[in-house]
Amino acid sequence: MNRRTALAWLALAAGAALFPLLATRPAWQNTAILMLMTAQLGVAWNILGGYAGQVSLGHAAFFGAGAYVSTLLSLKLGLSPWLGMGAGAAFAAALSLLVGWPCFRLKGHYFAMATIAVGEIVQALVNGWEFLGGAVGFYLPLQERGFWGFVFNRSKLPYYYIALGLLAFSLLVNWLVARSRIGYYLRAIKDEPDAARSLGVSLTRYKQYAMVISSALAAMGGTLYAQKELFIDPGSTLSTALSIKMSLVAIMGGVGTLAGPVVGAVLLTAIEEASRIAFGGTGRGTDLVVYGGLIVLIAVFQPAGILGLFASRRGPARPEPAPAGEAT
Amino acid sequence: MTAPLLEVRGLTKRFGGLTANEDVSFGLRAGEILGLLGPNGAGKTTVFNSLAGFFAPTAGEIRLEGRPIAGLPPERVAALGVARTFQIVRIFKSMTVRENVMVGSLLRHRAVPAARRKADEALAFTGLGGRAGDPAGQLTVAEQKRLEVTRALAIEPRLLLLDEVMAGLTSSEVQEAVEMVKRIRDRGIACVVVEHVMEGIMPIADRVVVLERGRVIADGPPAAVASDAAVIAAYLGEEYRAPGP
Repeated sequence: MNRRTALAWLALAAGAALFPLLATRPAWQNTAILMLMTAQLGVAWNILGGYAGQVSLGHAAFFGAGAYVSTLLSLKLGLSPWLGMGAGAAFAAALSLLVGWPCFRLKGHYFAMATIAVGEIVQALVNGWEFLGGAVGFYLPLQERGFWGFVFNRSKLPYYYIALGLLAFSLLVNWLVARSRIGYYLRAIKDEPDAARSLGVSLTRYKQYAMVISSALAAMGGTLYAQKELFIDPGSTLSTALSIKMSLVAIMGGVGTLAGPVVGAVLLTAIEEASRIAFGGTGRGTDLVVYGGLIVLIAVFQPAGILGLFASRRGPARPEPAPAGEAT
Repeated sequence: MTAPLLEVRGLTKRFGGLTANEDVSFGLRAGEILGLLGPNGAGKTTVFNSLAGFFAPTAGEIRLEGRPIAGLPPERVAALGVARTFQIVRIFKSMTVRENVMVGSLLRHRAVPAARRKADEALAFTGLGGRAGDPAGQLTVAEQKRLEVTRALAIEPRLLLLDEVMAGLTSSEVQEAVEMVKRIRDRGIACVVVEHVMEGIMPIADRVVVLERGRVIADGPPAAVASDAAVIAAYLGEEYRAPGP
């Protein structure tokens, strides 16, 4: 990271820290919190989908794992959701090992399809499992419990700063991974898996590392969601639409880049909120139309995402087609 | 006589009903250059893929310093000291030239700064040092092939498998490639060089193995193999066979 980029990040962080103090209207703060939470999930997804090129469309399973683990521990054992967040991340990481083992045998679209199946299976499982609240879900008691209790009803500000902190933490993890040996290997795997193997890189192992990190971060976002909404059910925390949204913010902003998911999340949330205001609260279908339209537009005109528009001087923005198979 | 670095015995590879390699045997000592020749479709790249772990042989043995490696996955074979290039270049296009080589050097040097130093050394050795910071996709074809060799060298192999690194190059580029292979050999790294261009490999190979339709039809010093009747027939067709005495 050069000096200019570091300064830009610093300015952005300062701006984000000051924003809710200037924009005091609850609706604005709420939208900003949504942006931060969506960005954090995009960053989590991007480590596996963007850097390693393994497009997962089942990441809601890990998000939901975080939401359910912390909620259950809080309701049944009275454990602080902060501990629940750690437990949820650990559980999601373990789940990702279980999911990754069979799914990483599949390549490209087949991997993406398998992850959709995983997401749907988890959702169906929770729907029919009474211990996990079934289709009804769980309510968390709405009472101010302070930082350790992770419930705030007097002001949105604590949620804003926790969301900002979690996003900063996720970006830091992403940055550290990207500049480490794992980061180089993930990019190599995405570009040319066979060449990576010929240089001693185990595809399954490094994809799995990316998935563990990615799913643990998504789970942390799930806990934050549960504590902010104080209500979880399969539809809100485990849906495939949520998985698609995680991928979409990263793809829209620019896959495999640090800032991409942040840019994508700000834009997508703004579009969503605008369409909600324009078409009313019942417009649940309109956001799906928006997602679909955006996917088509990005795929056709700007595969490198919005950041790709500015990166063209650093080489080809559009990934080149893979070379044809080798003769034997 | 030293123990062979590489020993291939009875290597057979079938794809369904198609036999790509049948009973292929040859050996290679440390620091030797072996030319693997043959017309298109003779099974050279199949041998290569078996050596590098990309194919599991149907039958036969491959030993690296006595240790059986047939059927091991590519990443294990690489860790044991076998590096390869690809017939159609497979550089990491989203990375710079230096980063491409670092993916190789990270195998033996886990810390990124050390891997970067080693990558720069390797780039200096192959003459790509001046392009270290450039996006790899901007290199010419000849440079991309050299980058693949550099990247393969960065895993510090004992055996380097070069798959048609000279194909499609101009004659002066072929000369440069020949010089590079010699310098690699001089560092004590054995090379198996697949080419169907004879001019590139004959002057530098210590030994040449010729494949035709998956079988070894000649094995020996370049001069002897070049005048071998079966080899001439395989390359030029029966009608060009020199009239027998």
